[in-house]
Amino acid sequence: MPVAENESVQASPRTPTVTSPRLNHLRLLEAESIHILREVASEFERPVMLYSIGKDSSVMLRLAQKAFYPAPIPFPLLHIDTGFKFAEMLAFRDEMARQVGVELLVWRNEPAIAAGTNPIVLDTRRCCGLLKTQALLDALRHYNFDAAFGGARRDEEKSRAKERIYSFRDTAGQWDPKNQRPELWNLYNARIHPGESIRVFPLSNWTEMDVWQYIHEEKIPVVDFYFAKERPMYVRPMSAGQEALLPTEQDFVARPGEKPQMVKCRLRSLGCSPCTGAIRSDADTIPAIIAELIGFRSSERANRVIDHDQEGSMEIKKREGYF
Amino acid sequence: MAAAAEPVNRRFEIGEFLAQEREKDLLRFSTAGSVDDGKSTLIGRLLYDTQSVYEDQVRSIEGKGTTAPGQIDFALLTDGLRAEREQGITIDVAYRYFSTARRKFIIADTPGHEQYTRNMATGASTADAAIVLIDASKGVLIQSRRHAYIASLLRVRHVLVAVNKMDLTGYDEPAFRAIESEFRAVLEQIASDTGTPVEAHFVPVSALKGDNVVRATAAMPWYKGPSLLELLEALPSAQDSRSAPFRFPVQRVLRPDHTFRGFAGQIASGTVRRGDEIAIFPSGRKAKIERIVTFDGDLDAAIAPLSVTLVLDRELDISRGDLIAGGGAAPVVARSVKASLVWMDQRPLDVNRRYLLKHTSHSVPALVSSIDHRVDLGALTHEPAPALRMNDIGAVSLHLLRPIAVDLYRDNRGTGALILIDPETNATVAAGMVTAAQGLASANEEDEAAAWGRVTAGEREARWGHRGGVLELSGPTELIDAVERSLFAVGAATCLIDSGQQAALQHMGLLDVLTDMQTQSGLLTLVAHAGEEGVLTASAGGLEITLDADNKMHAVTAVHQLLQRAGIFISPEGADL
Repeated sequence: MPVAENESVQASPRTPTVTSPRLNHLRLLEAESIHILREVASEFERPVMLYSIGKDSSVMLRLAQKAFYPAPIPFPLLHIDTGFKFAEMLAFRDEMARQVGVELLVWRNEPAIAAGTNPIVLDTRRCCGLLKTQALLDALRHYNFDAAFGGARRDEEKSRAKERIYSFRDTAGQWDPKNQRPELWNLYNARIHPGESIRVFPLSNWTEMDVWQYIHEEKIPVVDFYFAKERPMYVRPMSAGQEALLPTEQDFVARPGEKPQMVKCRLRSLGCSPCTGAIRSDADTIPAIIAELIGFRSSERANRVIDHDQEGSMEIKKREGYF
Repeated sequence: MAAAAEPVNRRFEIGEFLAQEREKDLLRFSTAGSVDDGKSTLIGRLLYDTQSVYEDQVRSIEGKGTTAPGQIDFALLTDGLRAEREQGITIDVAYRYFSTARRKFIIADTPGHEQYTRNMATGASTADAAIVLIDASKGVLIQSRRHAYIASLLRVRHVLVAVNKMDLTGYDEPAFRAIESEFRAVLEQIASDTGTPVEAHFVPVSALKGDNVVRATAAMPWYKGPSLLELLEALPSAQDSRSAPFRFPVQRVLRPDHTFRGFAGQIASGTVRRGDEIAIFPSGRKAKIERIVTFDGDLDAAIAPLSVTLVLDRELDISRGDLIAGGGAAPVVARSVKASLVWMDQRPLDVNRRYLLKHTSHSVPALVSSIDHRVDLGALTHEPAPALRMNDIGAVSLHLLRPIAVDLYRDNRGTGALILIDPETNATVAAGMVTAAQGLASANEEDEAAAWGRVTAGEREARWGHRGGVLELSGPTELIDAVERSLFAVGAATCLIDSGQQAALQHMGLLDVLTDMQTQSGLLTLVAHAGEEGVLTASAGGLEITLDADNKMHAVTAVHQLLQRAGIFISPEGADL
């Protein structure tokens, strides 16, 4: 849906409203996020916004437009391209950057991509390490960014529940969960030594439900993959009567004998195509997605292979510098 | 059909749901407690019983933990980090989210031991309510008092006292009532100390069995009050400060082109309307609100805590850190404030160090001019203290090197709160709540009174822009003279001891006595040695640099930087070390 439905992308004032909007939870979360975006833009020399094309990035981008309106967004977007992103996602990314009028930087770990790195040849942990973590650290160093916004939310995963909004990283980009700065009120400590940096999570306090409701209320464009339609998938039986639906973008994903089948499905969270499973679904509108969410018995990241490759795996990745 | 979509969703009316969601507000509450008093179990139970955990999360903890076979250990739902799982304790602040049909909630979940006072304060800083846990089988312990004290100090208005493990006391009413009356007395004592009354609500619960957490059960028919969750749903939302005086710290000046100049910020309190007369602090200049700009269109009025952009009717010199305030009570423009501090750093508070004070959207260098007392959280008494250590709570007087516009924390959480940052380590070392602020005019009167007392280190620093210290220099005499000249030029109080004087003093064993005296008096002593040709060596505070003596300009600048790094020299820009 999405790219087309975008009058609201343009930064243009609408008709004046009579009073301020009612402060429901979305307005409160929005106000907090805008405050964070403005603080970082004012206190750091070279901030950047990590843009992953997913729904959380889409919300973060809209909040950035709101934070600086009528001025342009005062920092670039950075996309870490693993080479395994869906082609549609890349087209969407370029179109969004063009419409919003923001500079877009793309970084790929070309040597690792050229060497044929993939999650089947390596394990997912090492694949992520090279194509995401290493690429991210290289890009931040290359451009000398001292603050990077990410769209992570605390409700996604247990180790994220403890991460600060300003997440301090040492000169190697690593997170030390035992040595986090206290964060009180809305007073953020932005001081760093040369070479150190801060990852900033303006959506920390949003839940998956909040994100979808905001996308709905604000008519924010999102990638088509979130909406159910007939798509070719490898259908792989799993234990306990479960199944995995694997996108067919990359041939190496298929096991011997597996053939693509058309399945009505959608993606709940967008990662790299080899590591993102789809779910069977009829939800082809945002209200339908929200309705589906209420009925869900599985948390959002359950279809992301990388969170499960070892006990506490997200925490390990973050210590190493992952978002 | 869809494996994920259950038949129940077919009957579910999404339009109705979205309309209901639009009406929900947000309540933030904190919890504190240790594994022993069942805090994690209580939160796990709240999440589980409000269907806020997913099946895969429950599956991932089934059969683990310390509860009886077949019973889920709810604590495992909330213990996040590996280190904690290994040690079986919660070591930091974790945030949890859940919602009911009436409201969304954010829990700041903090550990309860004494060594985590700072985490409790962090959690309480943004909370509208706090759940204080008391283990019914053990009675009122110090950590319950500590948590209630912190909640009151951080101005968390509503304290929900969950008397937990009622199942272990046979759901006994007299045991509950005894704890209630004992703790009410404690709360009164706390309120008189912090000056912030709390509204307490007592609920007998069993987190393990689920009694009175989400709903009342048959276990305690003698308790007629609401469950913990019913209370949380009914509390007034504390963000409702629209009648408070308007406060708007400027975060950023937006100037996309020459036709637009707006001040971006988040409303800390109160309401602003188009046409309102406002004043800008610290300058005190006045203007009117011409527009309230947002991406979604101009507003006629906006209330806290919205983030908006204000356009004024005239050109005034306003920058980040300034405070825009409405009519009614004005903020105090102060260079000295009294504050309650929660000390959060391994290194204790040092009255001889300079800290960076961050308040709203600006930072100013600050000195702690005195530690007025430390609070003994056990006895709830005040005691004199030479220093504040990690997790201590105390009262201090702060001297600021530039004036700031503040309110008392008890009147305004946004403009009365501050943090202290160590400019060397960049650590956040303390959280502060302003308890008194001396306006600039009356600060002069205070100075008058102080004119007859002993000169303090803070006063010396404020005058000279540096602390006392020793700078050892060896190199060509004319370069050493140039260094002193450059220090003199920026207002430093220096005293040069040349090699001849040094030898004489050393002979009498007086060199150290003299330099110590001068350092205590806030002077910068330059000890000059004859040195190698073409090289200037400078050392201060354990740091040493060697410089090319021929590049005079560079050498002089490098010495100034050395003095900054050694914590002696305070640059005119102050914050920009």
